[in-house]
Amino acid sequence: MDTILQQLVNGLSLGSIYALLALGYTMVYGIIKLINFAHGDIYMVGAFWGYYVINQLHFNFWLALISAMIFCGLFGVLVEWLAYRPLRNSPRIAALITAIGVSFLLENGMAYLFTSNVRSFPQVMHVVRYHLGGVSISNIQLLILVVSIVLMVLLQLIVRKTKMGKAMRAVSVDPEAAQLIGINIDHTISFTFALGSALAGAAGVMIGLYYNSIDPLMGMTPGIKAFVAAVLGGIGLIPGAAIGGFVIGLLETIMQALGFSAFKDAAVYAVLIIILLIKPAGILGKKIKEKV
Amino acid sequence: MKKNLKYNLTWLVLMVVGFVLINVLEFGGIIDALGEQTLVTIGINIILATGLNLIIGFSGQFSLGHAGFMAIGAYVCALITTSIATPMGMVIGMIAGAAVSALVALIVGIPTLRLDGDYLAIATMGVAEIIRIILNNLKITNGPAGLYNIPLLATWPVVYIMVCLTTLLIVNLIHSRDGRAIMSVRENEIASESMGVNTTKWKVIAFVVGAATAAIGGALHANYIQTIAPTDFGIMNSINILIIVVLGGIGSITGTFVAAAVLGVLDLVLQNFGTLRMVIYSLALILLMVFKPSGLLGTRELSIRKIFNKFGHSKQKGDA
Repeated sequence: MDTILQQLVNGLSLGSIYALLALGYTMVYGIIKLINFAHGDIYMVGAFWGYYVINQLHFNFWLALISAMIFCGLFGVLVEWLAYRPLRNSPRIAALITAIGVSFLLENGMAYLFTSNVRSFPQVMHVVRYHLGGVSISNIQLLILVVSIVLMVLLQLIVRKTKMGKAMRAVSVDPEAAQLIGINIDHTISFTFALGSALAGAAGVMIGLYYNSIDPLMGMTPGIKAFVAAVLGGIGLIPGAAIGGFVIGLLETIMQALGFSAFKDAAVYAVLIIILLIKPAGILGKKIKEKV
Repeated sequence: MKKNLKYNLTWLVLMVVGFVLINVLEFGGIIDALGEQTLVTIGINIILATGLNLIIGFSGQFSLGHAGFMAIGAYVCALITTSIATPMGMVIGMIAGAAVSALVALIVGIPTLRLDGDYLAIATMGVAEIIRIILNNLKITNGPAGLYNIPLLATWPVVYIMVCLTTLLIVNLIHSRDGRAIMSVRENEIASESMGVNTTKWKVIAFVVGAATAAIGGALHANYIQTIAPTDFGIMNSINILIIVVLGGIGSITGTFVAAAVLGVLDLVLQNFGTLRMVIYSLALILLMVFKPSGLLGTRELSIRKIFNKFGHSKQKGDA
């Protein structure tokens, strides 16, 4: 029982990182139908930003987290403006290849500037482990879980309660109609990228602290997993991304606990395929009937 | 019939001339070892990318799992050729690899091809990753270390012949009645279904043929590089093949040839740049896509028939 609870705790903290990343994927996909392959690399940029501000400017954790969110938000807007905006009306696959190109550029550009060595992330927080019964949870795990949940709630509030959120939802339903009623599509899309990238930046700093190592290629695998999470939950849906992230995090830790760590990724993909076959639009997605 | 014979003969002559030309250049020392390596890589990439182009460009199904089928072909052929290290073994290996890969594609394709667009892409990516993880954990495939000491059977002429054969197969498929059925699925699934086209069947056929050619590409890769490991067939490899298809123009086989050649030469030129190489490569990719979103050739094809017709017309005009 204790081991199950322990794995639950580990799975939830890993899952919340996937969920934060998946939110960025799902928002961008919802609004411009683009699989933003570079999203995982924005998370890597966030981790490197955290590394530098903590080491060079001696920021504390919270300052590093917030500055990384702001920096990554701006960075995401810049990427959208430079690479994706010119392709707004092109075939979707061209935009997808551009996103892959941006991902390659960020990975290799960072490897060129900072070498591809693995660096150890500065430990700004003293690790304290709390023992509740047989379950041990570190303050960092707790922090990841709490910060992620707070950010997700904030995001939901922004999307549901603010004017900009309303505009985002309108653009994702029908961009042309949204433009007709006076919504500035460019601003709305930029704002979406800012939000998604800020969440990725936060995830980057937290994962650096949790795993204690960062490198320019660290965004690749979590990026793909987070995208899988977004699809699993129902892409375009914010609660779906959160659920998908937690499901994948839990699944991975459970497989690891059962001694099948070599097959943990295979299990993730197998579950994904099975769910897509049963519910082709993901766990929360609704299948829209195609009309002629 | 006679008319087609003319075009077919022209193509055959072009293929033979290309083969002889490259051999002459090689004997003359103009193409060195590095050049030959580039040519073989380009050839293998053409085989892989034409198969993917059939799936993405002609049947309109977005697959991100090409490297998985490539891996099946590579492993099956490598295992066969290590025990039968003769050209005959290579032939058996390629056929067996293509057969296994086609079978897996059939099993995977029937359920997953009901999905559309990005859902299919992510499902096929998942399939490819599952294949890779299984290869990573099997005893017969030697786990993460992979297979080595595979005999060098995929020499330059073998690759050239296979490029010609697979391209012929795919181009003929596209230009047949079946090919038109496949393309009608891409254009409008509902419309083609109402015209009596069995859309699921044609989607699966395109997927299976694409997977079989991917296996041939993988087999050649294994017997040229001589070592293979599961990491050679990850998501990034599927993406690299996808890049060739999109860069050349989705739905243009000629474009695939051009893009594979351009990328191969670019790779050769950038060899000296070290870490900067991939930075330049990715920048080139982004700029090409931003300024030419439909790919280098769009959907245009090189057609001997059109050239002949044009030639014929201008002569007629001259006569009149």
